[in-house]
Amino acid sequence: MSDPLLAIRNLCLEFRAAEGWVRVVDGVSLTVREGETLALVGESGCGKSVTALSIARLLPSPPSRIAGGEIRVAGQDVAAMSSAGLRSIRGGVVSYVFQEPGASLNPVFRVGRQIRESLQLHRPDRATDDEVVRLLKLVGIPAPETRARDYPHQLSGGMQQRVMIAMALASEPRLLVADEPTTALDVTIQAQILDLLRDLKRRLGMAVLIITHNLGIVGDLADRVAVMYAGQVVEEAPAAELLRTPRHPYTRALMQSVPELGRASERLRAIPGAVPAPGRWPSGCRFTPRCPVARAECSGNPPSLDTDGLRSVRCPYWNS
Amino acid sequence: MLTRFANRLFWSLVTLLGTAVLTFLLINLVPGDVARVIAGPKASPEVIQQIHVRYHLDDPLWKRLGYYLAQLARGDLGQSFVTEQPVAEALRIRFPCTAALALLAIAFWMLAAIPLGVLTARFRGSWLDRAVLVAATLTLSLPAFWLARMMQYGISYKLGWFPVAGFRGFRHLLLPAATLALLAVGYYARLIHTQMVEVMDSPYLRTARAKGLSETAVLLRHGLRNALIPVVTILGMDVAFLMGGVLFVENVFALPGIGMLAVQSVFNLDVPMIMGTVLFSAALVVAANLVVDLLYRWMDPRIRSGGTGTPA
Repeated sequence: MSDPLLAIRNLCLEFRAAEGWVRVVDGVSLTVREGETLALVGESGCGKSVTALSIARLLPSPPSRIAGGEIRVAGQDVAAMSSAGLRSIRGGVVSYVFQEPGASLNPVFRVGRQIRESLQLHRPDRATDDEVVRLLKLVGIPAPETRARDYPHQLSGGMQQRVMIAMALASEPRLLVADEPTTALDVTIQAQILDLLRDLKRRLGMAVLIITHNLGIVGDLADRVAVMYAGQVVEEAPAAELLRTPRHPYTRALMQSVPELGRASERLRAIPGAVPAPGRWPSGCRFTPRCPVARAECSGNPPSLDTDGLRSVRCPYWNS
Repeated sequence: MLTRFANRLFWSLVTLLGTAVLTFLLINLVPGDVARVIAGPKASPEVIQQIHVRYHLDDPLWKRLGYYLAQLARGDLGQSFVTEQPVAEALRIRFPCTAALALLAIAFWMLAAIPLGVLTARFRGSWLDRAVLVAATLTLSLPAFWLARMMQYGISYKLGWFPVAGFRGFRHLLLPAATLALLAVGYYARLIHTQMVEVMDSPYLRTARAKGLSETAVLLRHGLRNALIPVVTILGMDVAFLMGGVLFVENVFALPGIGMLAVQSVFNLDVPMIMGTVLFSAALVVAANLVVDLLYRWMDPRIRSGGTGTPA
């Protein structure tokens, strides 16, 4: 059995703060196989994005460091990689689509040039205007020849995000990491971008790691879902199972906070409180202060991530 | 675009008019009889009287200002009280020296400040970063006339590396330009440093890195151009500061430029020449700002297309 495309084992990430190193990701393990789609779900501030950025070592260092565990991309240890090795992984194996397309495109270069730059790095023989146009067409941009000559600010948010996707695809990555790709967009545009991602995934057969705080969008996109809370994975399961029978109280709370058409009778419930800041995680189960079914024992021992082979959950009482 | 340009031009003219009026009034506050300056200390009262009549020196101030502005409006800067040389001609002869000195100074300090700014941003907190910060603070507080004298004494006179004074070729410009550059390089290194640091945290640099570009390409191709956009604006405003430095440096190094002409004509109370040098310098500053405006459009496409985006 060959190595999975992405294997994160027991990853711990820390950031330097005034009071010393603060842990923001605490023992996260994730696996993404070729062609598979994993959704990483959780509220803002629970460590999803930093986990995703660490895959290609895109976190600035300082002030961040890998404090433990390992990240393997296509079998190679990312932490031990030389800068030349990292450059070939970035784009070559893992491509990124970021949250704010407007800020993630360089304002002073035409979008066509920014896409061609990616081609020059990873497929120099195809670094042509024709290929740029083909990529823009692939992501559904009308009049691609004209749009390639536009500057980012001349495009709408949705078009900018399509350009970002085209740029990410230019290097023909095996893994596309989409970090909240629709958060900054209008709802109708969100749906279009998600449709596009789903379509591209099917046509190009690449693996996708999609990061979102919205459980509502993972249903028909992801094969598996990992839910993160306060720097840890609290539940992981095949998408269909997780959506049908969420086990961890946090997952259930997340699901109740997703608005759904035709469910108007039920009240939309926000989760009370906020994700504890890194460095202020409660001892024991970190969800205890916000958990609707917490018991006295919960704040004592930190629960482990128990697995039955198919699903795992970090709550000893999920079944009762 | 065209109305914008016309607008700019209008305000430029207003600026120049204001400069002319203010300078004219200031010169006339200086004690001393211009006629004595022109005719010399031994001139007879009749000659003095003639000069007074010829130059309307007995008219009230507002009237003389009126004559001068009317003359300006005809495009005539007048002629020197002392040498009778037309002011425009004097300026034309002196300008190349000043222009060469100023451009060389800008080239020197930008060529030094860009690498320093980028490197100190890349290696924040390193010894280099701290050294540049200290040096920047130090050079910023140096007076131009003192530094020019020290450079002249130490490097030209003692070490003999450069000509001490005069202008007979490019070599004579190197040390004066270096003096001007030294006064500005620290400030610009810090300015570029600050802009680079800001740009380095921007999402589009992360995108550039995520593509697989080398750190050098990320910083120079994607970072520097964005970081320099605000620097260009400041550079345009600093042309005024530069002209002030040019005044001192030209006089210390005996360079026959506008600055030297200005100081000479002040000592001679040569009113048309003083007016000419001041107005010419003001016009240079105004022109520099127009150039910066065009450069700015070329560098930042968000402004070029009249978009609503704000520069980073």
